[in-house]
Amino acid sequence: MQELINRAKELLADGTVARVLGWKGGDLPYNPEPAYFETAEELADFVYNSFCGANLSKYMIEASKLEGKTMVCLKPCDTYSFNQLIKEHRVDREKAYIVGVGCKGKLDIEKIKKKGVKGIESIEGAEITDEADTLKIQTIYGEKSCAYADAMLERCHVCKGKEHMVYDELIGDSKETKDADRFDEVARIEAMSPEEKFAFFQKELSKCIRCNACRNACPACSCRKCVFDSTKFDSSQKANVDSFEEKMFHIIRAFHVAGRCTDCGECSRVCPQGIPLHLFNRKFIKDIDGLYGEYQAGADTTSKAPLTNYTFEDAEPSIVGKRG
Amino acid sequence: MYKIAKENLSALFRLIAETRELYLPVKTAGQTNYAAWSEDAEVDLDTLKTVKSAKDAFFPQSEGLYTVKKEGKKMSVEPEGLKEQDFVVFGMKACDVKGLEVLDNVFLSDPVDTFYAARREHGTVVAMACHEPEETCFCKVFGVDAAEPKSDVAVWTAGEDLYWKALSEKGEALTEAVKELFTDADEAAVEAEKEAIHKILEKLPYMNLSLEGWNGDALSEKFDSPIWEELYKPCLACGTCTFVCPTCQCYDIKDYSAGDTVSRYRCWDSCMYSDFTMMAHGNNRTSQMQRFRQRFMHKLVYYPANNDGMYSCVGCGRCVEKCPQALNIVKVIKAFQNQGGEQ
Repeated sequence: MQELINRAKELLADGTVARVLGWKGGDLPYNPEPAYFETAEELADFVYNSFCGANLSKYMIEASKLEGKTMVCLKPCDTYSFNQLIKEHRVDREKAYIVGVGCKGKLDIEKIKKKGVKGIESIEGAEITDEADTLKIQTIYGEKSCAYADAMLERCHVCKGKEHMVYDELIGDSKETKDADRFDEVARIEAMSPEEKFAFFQKELSKCIRCNACRNACPACSCRKCVFDSTKFDSSQKANVDSFEEKMFHIIRAFHVAGRCTDCGECSRVCPQGIPLHLFNRKFIKDIDGLYGEYQAGADTTSKAPLTNYTFEDAEPSIVGKRG
Repeated sequence: MYKIAKENLSALFRLIAETRELYLPVKTAGQTNYAAWSEDAEVDLDTLKTVKSAKDAFFPQSEGLYTVKKEGKKMSVEPEGLKEQDFVVFGMKACDVKGLEVLDNVFLSDPVDTFYAARREHGTVVAMACHEPEETCFCKVFGVDAAEPKSDVAVWTAGEDLYWKALSEKGEALTEAVKELFTDADEAAVEAEKEAIHKILEKLPYMNLSLEGWNGDALSEKFDSPIWEELYKPCLACGTCTFVCPTCQCYDIKDYSAGDTVSRYRCWDSCMYSDFTMMAHGNNRTSQMQRFRQRFMHKLVYYPANNDGMYSCVGCGRCVEKCPQALNIVKVIKAFQNQGGEQ
C-alpha cells in the first residue's frame, strides 16, 4: 500500500496526474470508500486492502471529463471493464493513468456477517500484505475466525486471472483465487425444469427493492439517461408494482448488457438483497460462447463483439431458436 | 409480565394470525425482511436488522390510490379502500419504532394521510429488545434505548423464553387474545437482559457520535459548506440508503396505464434519483451533489426545524450496512465534525 501512496505522490508532484482515484479508509474495519485525492496530504487517508472491492472503472466516465489525467487504481478484473468502456467510447484512455494494483481476492463483509459474526471491532488478515489464509475477527462478542476463501466475493471464486488487460504500470502482486467454474451455477439452473427455473428467479427477484444499485454500479450500464429513469416510459421505475415488473427490469438490463458485460460481478456485490444478478449475465456469456465462439468482453479494445458483428460462421437464428 | 418458551412461538404466531394479519421477519432466499406470516414461512428473529425496515407495513413501497376505467363512453373512478383489517407487526426494534414516530409527524399532521392513518389505527406493534446490538447501530445518539422498546407490546428474549409486556390499550387487547399461551413471569430475567444490552451499547463504536451543530437553525451554515462537494463524489446515486431507511418518507405519485384502465399509485421516491421532485418547470436539484446533500439536510436540519428539534434519523445503521460504496450518515456527521462544522 505504501508503494502505491509513494507512487501517487510522485505522479501528483511531477504533474503527470491531477488527481488520484483510489480508496479512503473507513470508520469500521471493513468500509473503505472510493475517493479522489488531489494532494500529498490527502493521501494520508488512502488505503488499499481486501475490502476495496469496488470497481473504479465506472468512475472514469466522469473523471474523463475533468481537466488533466487521473491516476486510477484498477484490479485485474476491473481492467476488463475499463477496456470495454474504451471500446464503447465512454472513457478517454488519454485521461487515465492506470496503476494495475495487485489483488488476492476481495472480501465480502456480508458473507462474514452471515456466519453470525457481529459486533466487529477489528479484522486481521485483510491487509494486502497479509499472507494468512484465515481472518481473525475481534468482536464485542468474542474472537471469531473465518477462512479467507470463505469470505471472498463470489466473483473471486471464478477469478478471470492475475493479468491486467490495460495499464500504465503495475504495483503489487496478484494471486489466482479461482476455485470454481463460472458456468457451473448457470448449468445447474439450465438443468432445472421451466417451473423450477421460474420459481427460483421468482423467489430471488421478489426481494428486489428497485434501488438501482446494480444498474448504477454496472460499468456496462453507462447510458447517459436510462430508459427506466425516463418520465415518458410507462413503467413504475421506482417500485415493483407487480411481479411482472420486478422481473422485467432485470431481464431488460441483462439483455442490454449482453455481449458487453465483462462479468465483473459488481451487480451482485452491491445488491442490498443479495440477489445473484450475475447469473443472468453469465447465461448470456455462456450462450454467446457456445453460439459464436469464446468471447471475453473487455479482453481487448479492438475486436468486434459477436453480437454487433456478422460472419458467415454465425449461428443461424433457427438454430438459436431450437435451443429453447 | 408474561413469558412463553421460544419453541412455542409458532403456536403464538398461529393464534395471532387467526384474528389478525401478522407481519414479522421472514427469511426468503437468504435475506430477512418483514413479510406476512404463514405456516411455511421461515420466521427469523435472530437477524438483528431486516434488510428493509418495517416501514412497509404502514407505508408500503408501492400502493394503489385509485383506478380509472373506461368502458365505451363511460368513465368510472374507483378509489382504493383504506386498511380495515387489524394487523400485528411482530419483532420491530426500538429504532424502527422511533421511525414510526418520525413518519407520524409527517403523515398524521394536517392534512392527514388517510391511507397511513388507517394502517396506524389498525396496526399493533410488538417491539423486540435488541438481544445483541451490532457495530453499525447508533440508536442511542437519537435517544432510543435498544433495551426498552416503547410500543404497544414490548418483548425480550432471555435464555429459552420470550418475555411479553403490554404497554398500551392495543397491546392489552392483543395480550388478551393470546394470553392462554403465556405463563406469568417476574421481571428478573428481563432486567438482567436489559443490563446486558446496555453494557454492549456502551462498547459500540458509533454510540457516542456527536450531533453538535446539527439543528434546525444550522441551515445556511451546513447547506453552503464546501464539504458536500467532496462527500458526494463516491455516491452512485442509487436509492439503497433511502429504501432501507425506516424514516425516509418521500414518495412519488404515478400513473400506470393499461389501455382502458389507468391505475394511479404512489411509491417511495429517493432524493438520490435524477427525477426527484421534478416538476413542469424542471428540477430544482440539478446535480448529484445537491441530491446527496438533500438527504442529510432533511434528516438533520430541515426535519428538526419543522418538528421541534426531532431528527429524522433513528440510528438503525441500515445505510451503514447497505451502501454499495460505504458512504453513510455517520461519515457525513464525522466529516463535518473534523472540519469544525464551521465552513
